[in-house]
Amino acid sequence: MLRDVLPMVAVLGLVLLPHPGQTAPITTLKSPKVDVPTSDTMFPAGPGSDAINNNCLACHSADHVLNQPSLSRMAWQEVVDKMITAYKAPVSPDDAKAIVDYLVRTKGKGAP
Amino acid sequence: MQDHDVQRSGLTRRRVLGQMGIASLALMSSPALAQQTVDLHVQGGPSTRTITTSYPQKGRMILQRSSPPWLETPFETFDKDVFTPNDQHYVSWHWANFPGDVDVDRFRLTVRGRVNQTLALSLKDILQGMPRFDVAAVNQCAGNSRIYAEPRVAGAQWANGSMSNAIWTGVRLRDVLDRAGVKPGAIQVRFGGLDEPVMPGAPKFLKSLTIDHARDGEVMIAFGMNGEQLPLLNGFPLRLVVPGWCGVYWVKMLNDIEVLDQPDTNYWTATGYRVPDTPHNSVKPGETGFKMVPVTRNVPRSFITNIRNGDSVPAATPASARGIAFGGDCGVARVDLSIDGGSSWQPTQLGADRGTYGFRQWQTQFALPARGARTLMVRCTNTRNEAQPDFRIWNPAGYMFNTIETTHVIAT
Repeated sequence: MLRDVLPMVAVLGLVLLPHPGQTAPITTLKSPKVDVPTSDTMFPAGPGSDAINNNCLACHSADHVLNQPSLSRMAWQEVVDKMITAYKAPVSPDDAKAIVDYLVRTKGKGAP
Repeated sequence: MQDHDVQRSGLTRRRVLGQMGIASLALMSSPALAQQTVDLHVQGGPSTRTITTSYPQKGRMILQRSSPPWLETPFETFDKDVFTPNDQHYVSWHWANFPGDVDVDRFRLTVRGRVNQTLALSLKDILQGMPRFDVAAVNQCAGNSRIYAEPRVAGAQWANGSMSNAIWTGVRLRDVLDRAGVKPGAIQVRFGGLDEPVMPGAPKFLKSLTIDHARDGEVMIAFGMNGEQLPLLNGFPLRLVVPGWCGVYWVKMLNDIEVLDQPDTNYWTATGYRVPDTPHNSVKPGETGFKMVPVTRNVPRSFITNIRNGDSVPAATPASARGIAFGGDCGVARVDLSIDGGSSWQPTQLGADRGTYGFRQWQTQFALPARGARTLMVRCTNTRNEAQPDFRIWNPAGYMFNTIETTHVIAT
């Protein structure tokens, strides 16, 4: 009897699968244990590059900045101010000025 | 706008590959040879980005920022299916300090604050001890399409790919809150994850919802995404899913829920992610004197996915257009196509409804009447009868862009 039923159960089971690729319900989780890439790329050398390298790369990679559009001095000043006031980047006033100058020179309106 | 031509940056790669044949495909893993770029076609700043395959559990992604990762879904993905593959679901983190490994036995989701009983739920409690449900929903960054702001603005320079759709599986936030027992006087619920700021004193990433929204039965604590556990970069082991609302609310690696009886004053809720309180959140560049409000719900959008800017289309011959749309915080009522720069519109056929908050496919036939430059436009109207606007939305932070998309083609 059991032998007769089993093939029927098998066929029925296939029919009941909603569609191919449907996975079994998630009942447990397994940590993927991954390494998330970082970047050691520095800003292009020039006046102020030490200041921007030393103050900015702790929180974000250089491509965050390098992919930004060309912005006015006022806009770059606002960005640097936001990093200091909102995100608590410990940047000295001298370095903040050097960073804004670097950004205006390399990514200002009309920059090369 | 969605003209992301993928080009190989290695100048000789295509020629070399042709000569080497399939037997040499293994050499493609060499980084110098395999590097590809995508051109996002913008003025006023870098237009190309690297295509990366270096991130764990992720396939080909547009590298917007290495760390903390900003990985954009390549636009051609949206032409294939309404559901974005997990390995191409976009990635965005505010702080670089988050774990690459989570001890699933020791992980706890804390529910605390204005509750009768503080909870520390294990993953087993959540996966095996509570009713679960599924919801299809688009996860879209409030800054999606920021790279197309005119004039350009600072921020993540997303093209149109900081949006992805998935079937999410999880438990109701309401059920978890009910288990803790929300006390009278609760007004908001604040969510935090395992990510921590890098600098001392910097604001931990937290977001809050009103108590009524948190208890509406739709907000989910998700452990599954398209039938699999979440990729780590998309928030493993748990993330909040807030259907119809901007991705910033979808807190990743969720491990802390705090019921508040005072308004949340943390930076990310009280100060960050602000838009003008004006129609379509739009202002003129330089304009001042408007009130700022938080980004909240998504707004309707639609895209042509099979025709790119600059493509040639045969004139006086039937052609097919297709794409995706979503209604925002409600469903798609209709998608219309214009082949004359917005003067007239024709309805398209909507594909199957795979979920109110998800992408919906549309498709139609059209014929460009004569040779020359033509402008295709696509417009979604949602079930609240809100249509995408035809003027260029702009605000200082580049949020909530949903202007009608335009695709320039040549009828030949």
